[in-house]
Amino acid sequence: MESMIKQKIKDVKKGDQSAFEDIVSFYQNKVFHICLRMIGNAYEAEDLAQEAFIRAYTNIHSFDERRKFSTWLYRIATNLTIDRIRKKKPDYHLDAEVKGTDGLDMYSQLAADQALPEEEVESLELQTYIHKEILALPPKYRSVIVLRYLDELPLQEIAEILDIPVGTVKTRVHRGREALRKRLRHV
Amino acid sequence: MNCNKEAVALMHQYMDGDINKDDERRLRDHLQSCESCQSHFHELKRTTTLIGNTRPASAPKDFTANVMANLPKQKKRKNYARLFQRHPMLTAAAVFFILMFSGIFSAWNQDQQVTVSKQENLEIKEDVVIVPEGVTVNGDLTVRNGDLRIEGKIDGNVTIINGDILDGKPDGSIENELDSSTLRAYTGELTEVNEIYEWMWYQTKSIVSDVFSFGSDE
Repeated sequence: MESMIKQKIKDVKKGDQSAFEDIVSFYQNKVFHICLRMIGNAYEAEDLAQEAFIRAYTNIHSFDERRKFSTWLYRIATNLTIDRIRKKKPDYHLDAEVKGTDGLDMYSQLAADQALPEEEVESLELQTYIHKEILALPPKYRSVIVLRYLDELPLQEIAEILDIPVGTVKTRVHRGREALRKRLRHV
Repeated sequence: MNCNKEAVALMHQYMDGDINKDDERRLRDHLQSCESCQSHFHELKRTTTLIGNTRPASAPKDFTANVMANLPKQKKRKNYARLFQRHPMLTAAAVFFILMFSGIFSAWNQDQQVTVSKQENLEIKEDVVIVPEGVTVNGDLTVRNGDLRIEGKIDGNVTIINGDILDGKPDGSIENELDSSTLRAYTGELTEVNEIYEWMWYQTKSIVSDVFSFGSDE
């Protein structure tokens, strides 16, 4: 898979725009997922993910092929998302409520579409609750927790994506985990 | 062991997979004896299981198509730039043609004055160059920005740039008996250049013939 993506990147660099389509369809879910869990709103997440891919395309010549493409791409996506979160920062605790209901809307739509059985709806409610609690974390802990537990990335890669030392990643993971423990202990 | 600091720090190290064997044993011993740390550890594990088990979100169906539709379209220009980078000979040729044609073009625009290659025995009246009767021009004749009337003879090629060859005599009388096409007043070829592209062609031809004649002179 890695080598297929590498070849596609080479093609894009040569000017073959259509080769980028495969890259987008391969990474779209991951990128959308990271944006969604960090921003909490499906519309904004789609907008951010799209922007991330467009930036990746326009800056493809600055991508070093010896490195991992996903790290580079996630870095663009998380930087864009963190910037967006900062812009709407003033009352993100208040926002979390709104975002939470947005998430609920999306999930209830999803549930309606697929006509899920009872237990699954229940677990979807639980998931919505968990996502809401992740969104209530301060952004610097949120980004680390999202990458660590929702995308299961190694600490070293998270450090590269966020451009911070591994030690800092660890500290943030610890604090984020503690904060979530307090919020989720009653579930 | 200090529950609040050391034990919790070890728990996190354990969860990150960074713990060494000694610390792991110490943590295990501590957890067996300390109930509050046990529940803390249990809560942490449960938390990470909960957040790790959330279902992945998938992007909207038309996501890829939307991205592709929104990609910038400035590729053509980049392609030209790359084309020139890859083919230095092409670049050299392009530069050569630009310089050559701009040179020819400026030369075309520059001189509006009547000039003749050979002044001897020729009359110039208001943009008309006249080869008077009884005069024979030996060699090629070139007239720029003026018409040419031949009453005498030219022994060679005639080139008229931005002008015409005028038939007959100034008073308008036509030589009756002889067809002008059968008895030409000049022995070589007649070339008239009136348009810019003809001018370019003429220039190119003359450059080429100069080059070749230069080669053959040697």
